[in-house]
Amino acid sequence: MEHNHITLPEGSIEKTTTTLNIGPTHPATHGVFQNIMEVDGERIVSSDQTVGYIHRAFEKLAERRPLYQITPITDRLNYCSSPINNMGWHITCEKFLQIETPKRVDYLRVIIMELARISDHLICNSIVGVDTGAYTGFLYVMQYRELIYEIYEEICGSRLTTNIGRIGGFERNFTNTAFTKLEKFLNEYPKVLKEFESLFTRNRIFMERTQGTGGISAERAMNYGFTGPNLRAAGVDYDVRVHQPYSSYQDFNFTVPVGTTGDNYDRFLVRNAEMWESISIIRQAYEKVQAFKGAEAEVYHADVPEYYLPKKEDVYTKMEALIWHFKIIMGEIDLPKGQIYCPVEGGNGELGFYLISDGGRTPFRLHFRRPCFIYYQAYPELIKGGMLSDAVVTMSSLNLIAGELDA
Amino acid sequence: MSLSNEMVQEKLIAKFGDQVSQFATSYGMLSFESPKEINLKVLQFLYDEPSLAFTFLTDICAVNYPNQKGAELVVVYHLHNLKENIRVRYSVSTSLENTDVFTATKLFESANWMERETYDFFGINFVGHPNLKRILNVDEMDYFPLRKEFPLEDQTRIDKDDEMFGRG
Repeated sequence: MEHNHITLPEGSIEKTTTTLNIGPTHPATHGVFQNIMEVDGERIVSSDQTVGYIHRAFEKLAERRPLYQITPITDRLNYCSSPINNMGWHITCEKFLQIETPKRVDYLRVIIMELARISDHLICNSIVGVDTGAYTGFLYVMQYRELIYEIYEEICGSRLTTNIGRIGGFERNFTNTAFTKLEKFLNEYPKVLKEFESLFTRNRIFMERTQGTGGISAERAMNYGFTGPNLRAAGVDYDVRVHQPYSSYQDFNFTVPVGTTGDNYDRFLVRNAEMWESISIIRQAYEKVQAFKGAEAEVYHADVPEYYLPKKEDVYTKMEALIWHFKIIMGEIDLPKGQIYCPVEGGNGELGFYLISDGGRTPFRLHFRRPCFIYYQAYPELIKGGMLSDAVVTMSSLNLIAGELDA
Repeated sequence: MSLSNEMVQEKLIAKFGDQVSQFATSYGMLSFESPKEINLKVLQFLYDEPSLAFTFLTDICAVNYPNQKGAELVVVYHLHNLKENIRVRYSVSTSLENTDVFTATKLFESANWMERETYDFFGINFVGHPNLKRILNVDEMDYFPLRKEFPLEDQTRIDKDDEMFGRG
């Protein structure tokens, strides 16, 4: 009689660890990430990451586009804080073209960027809460992300992929509704953030789940190219807004919160503290914006006809405006030759734009320094020897955004 | 005493002589080049020399200049001294025939994926890299897409019947 035995792979009986695949789409990864882990019981022995599932060749696309058409590409990098990417790109272009922006534009930009930072940190921190079993905080703070999105909508008409602002300033002035909503946000949000903190910060379950997991020393974090809140949680006070101020950040008073251990708990605390700083920066910026009087109070863009689209009524009635309109839309403006590296403090770290122009109408080469692409490679080291359930928390507390990682 | 671009330049010339060249400052950042054979020596010197201490690797990327014969591919390193808050841009060039460049992974863990990305898009062969394989593109790909020999489609072409996208 013939026996049909199952043939097992060589060595699979003696093997004491299990190979576990998580992702590419999995409820615990919050994005398109694949991890193949070798686990001994619930302890992680080693892991290997696969990235690139939503790679869209942005750097290649950018080589064929005039500057203003690259802004929508930057939306799709870190889509939790698109306005920072948009502003970063505009600031890069302005530095490259030596355009000076009016102070009011800078302050309005600061308001938008700090709102974006709050919405970014809010998502990240509340998701850390979800992964430790506390869903309430996440659902509660979503209302305020919604309010931030309504402010974006009032300014640029869209919510997630914002394409906000233009080279030289904003496409239109902020409406009164935008300012009313901003005031509402400034009045209501601090109380909500306070409640959110009291849900988590001294919560026994949350502390025990996050303290001592996913930690990294300052030296290792720097060697791994960490930036942003993740590096600051390890104790390095590097913040692009302070080190290389852009958009008049030097006019504001704020502190850079730092942690000590670089673990999940410290990352959470640093992000929360940064949200408080952001609120204070927005307040200061709003005061400064209100202090402008007369004609200055109406300024919302710099005078750069080569890059800033003229008003529609001028296009229909004035020859010069019509010419500029066509030249800009058709991408017929020659750029100067040169190279520039311009960083901004993104939601999750130093977002850099390396632009090379050979004097043509489009960038010769554009490279994005995407913070989470660089620090995600430390993930196997962060989770090695820990529990599988902690690896999930570590992943969400790193604030990985697949769109940025894969470019 | 704060570090300035001129001091970095002086120290590099004192150490490497005329092997480091093309010093230029644009938008406040010092940039320079060297032959690709000594890239690790230069990076190590910038890292170890206490007065320079460029210990943070911000970025590695490559650029393809098809008209520079024998130096078509350029690898660009952006380094940062966080204490003095000064950045430098350092580049080495290599030909299309021999794309070997020494890896910086021994010095910076962060170089690992940056070099894999650079290999993926430009085909720079980082000698000594622990795991040099494609990262963002599929493994089966047999070309390096960000090189200039692959132009994007001309948007004004008329030979395509593509009614769906309004070009029919």
